[in-house]
Amino acid sequence: MSTTERDSVTDLAALDAARVRLNSDEAVLRMSQTEAEEAEGYRAPTQEGLGERMIMNMGPQHPSTHGVLRLVLELDGETITRSKPVIGYLHTGMERTGEELTYLQGPTNVTRMDYASPLFTELAFSLATESLLGIEVPERAQWIRMLMCEVNRLSSHMLFMATNGMDLGAVSMMLYGWREREELLRFLEAVTGLRMNHNYIRPGGVAADLPDGWRDHLLRAIDPLPERLEEFDTLMTGQPIWQNRLQGVGAITTEECYSLGVTGPILRSTGAAWDLRRDMPYLRYEEVDFDVLVGSFGDSFDRYAIRLGEMRESIRIIRQILDRMPSGDYRIQDKKVTPPPRARIDESMEALIHHFKIFTEGFKVPAGEAYVPVESPRGELGCYIVSDGSAHPYRMHIRGPSFVNLQSLPHLMHGGFLADAVAVISSVDPIMGEVDR
Amino acid sequence: MNDDQGEATPGDHPDADVEVEMLHGVPVLHSGDQVTLPPSREEYVELLERLREQGFWVCVDLCAVDYLTHPGRTLPPGMEAGRFEVVVGLLSPERRERIRVRVQVPGEDPRLDSIVRVHPGADVHEREAWDLFGIDFEGHPDLSRILLPDEWVGHPLRKDSPVGSIPVQFKAPQELRR
Repeated sequence: MSTTERDSVTDLAALDAARVRLNSDEAVLRMSQTEAEEAEGYRAPTQEGLGERMIMNMGPQHPSTHGVLRLVLELDGETITRSKPVIGYLHTGMERTGEELTYLQGPTNVTRMDYASPLFTELAFSLATESLLGIEVPERAQWIRMLMCEVNRLSSHMLFMATNGMDLGAVSMMLYGWREREELLRFLEAVTGLRMNHNYIRPGGVAADLPDGWRDHLLRAIDPLPERLEEFDTLMTGQPIWQNRLQGVGAITTEECYSLGVTGPILRSTGAAWDLRRDMPYLRYEEVDFDVLVGSFGDSFDRYAIRLGEMRESIRIIRQILDRMPSGDYRIQDKKVTPPPRARIDESMEALIHHFKIFTEGFKVPAGEAYVPVESPRGELGCYIVSDGSAHPYRMHIRGPSFVNLQSLPHLMHGGFLADAVAVISSVDPIMGEVDR
Repeated sequence: MNDDQGEATPGDHPDADVEVEMLHGVPVLHSGDQVTLPPSREEYVELLERLREQGFWVCVDLCAVDYLTHPGRTLPPGMEAGRFEVVVGLLSPERRERIRVRVQVPGEDPRLDSIVRVHPGADVHEREAWDLFGIDFEGHPDLSRILLPDEWVGHPLRKDSPVGSIPVQFKAPQELRR
């Protein structure tokens, strides 16, 4: 694994070849949910007349499917020939719900999509709203947002380490990952009041300033981490069993990732150094120093190693933020967007009116459209909002990285063993709440 | 409008004196900070293919918007607004640029050519747009419901589909439900 300068190895011919391969239907099973249920256990002789072709449903209730992912697999003996992810078991119409809520209520809704990294969805939604409003939040709010997102990235990757270990039989890794994640969640809880679904990043800034003693609390949480990451290395990275289980399993190329719209650690594992934090910076990411890690084989092992490395980079970013956290306002002082401080309501009639208006009607957002992407732990997370000038989004669409990354599953599993399917699903790290929305 | 103009040729617009910027025969709109192209339904797939050759390899996002109750939006003069709009977000990793393509889809005939042959990654997005808005993507290899169950009736993200009034559709056989 190495850090690279931007190296453009991708050309159109390679992309065209990847597109032909992806469109050839050799890996994707085109079968509806109902057909798959009927075909369960169906066997047909293969073309060569040797083994048998069999349709098998895996999930949605399967311990390694990270929630409720169902896979329809076409098997030739033990080899997966074609497959199809079937999703929608957690669909609750959150995009439609978002149209019924005001912009101020919006983050409470979107934060429930990707429950392992909720702050990123809040951030994308808030940035899109602010882009429509044409406002920029104060310096301190930007740095607080960055800090919280990096802590969230750490906790999300810890969750990956835990579940990836568990899926592959490294049960002690599950406990270690969970333990470290809990410390980080305690910090998030101290700041936002909740372990998950924070509703902390809101249009106009953040909900509250960092609490007293946040610095010590955060240092207590991240100081032991480098040592713990070394432990993870000892426990897994160098182990022959771990390597044999992951290396060469579920490989994908850069061109296939681009053609499928796959982003995040999966894209970076193929050697493409694409990270929105560096390549299309938002917040204050251009002012902090960090490396974009890339792999070279695009297999499950690289995806694991990249996430492990990204945790070290996140710690590096957090330390820089700790040194540079500016003072000032944590939310914009625009009375039409942010509610007035509690004390002002007792003194000022105008403050009371603003407060009442914001919480009953919400603030109006000029008509227009905005798409704002951020780099979530799983890849590009974008929020597309269409406003008609009222206090509710006319259309709110979240481009979820897990939703798109799941498309790579049939291609990753094609020609592999059924036993490796679990390793591959785990390395894609899908969060079903965001897939189904 | 001005479709016969050559590639990237600025053409004078009959209604206004402003020069209309063109890209691949499609007028360029600037919406927010992103370049937006509104091709017609016929030009759409061809435009995406041309843009792909120019470096916009990644189809990041595709979603539909139902403009039933909000008719006002920026379109080049002469282009008729349809009830639906399909919005495609493209990304060029090399140029670090984004471009947005918006196609008008009329409500009485919600059909659009599929772009899965151009961008295989548009597969799930098109299925989602079909599922939630009922836009028929012609040439899609497997245009089936993706988020809702197969037997669901209707397309719930359409603006004329009321919120909260749909009875929950259970799958279990009658005797189990009692």
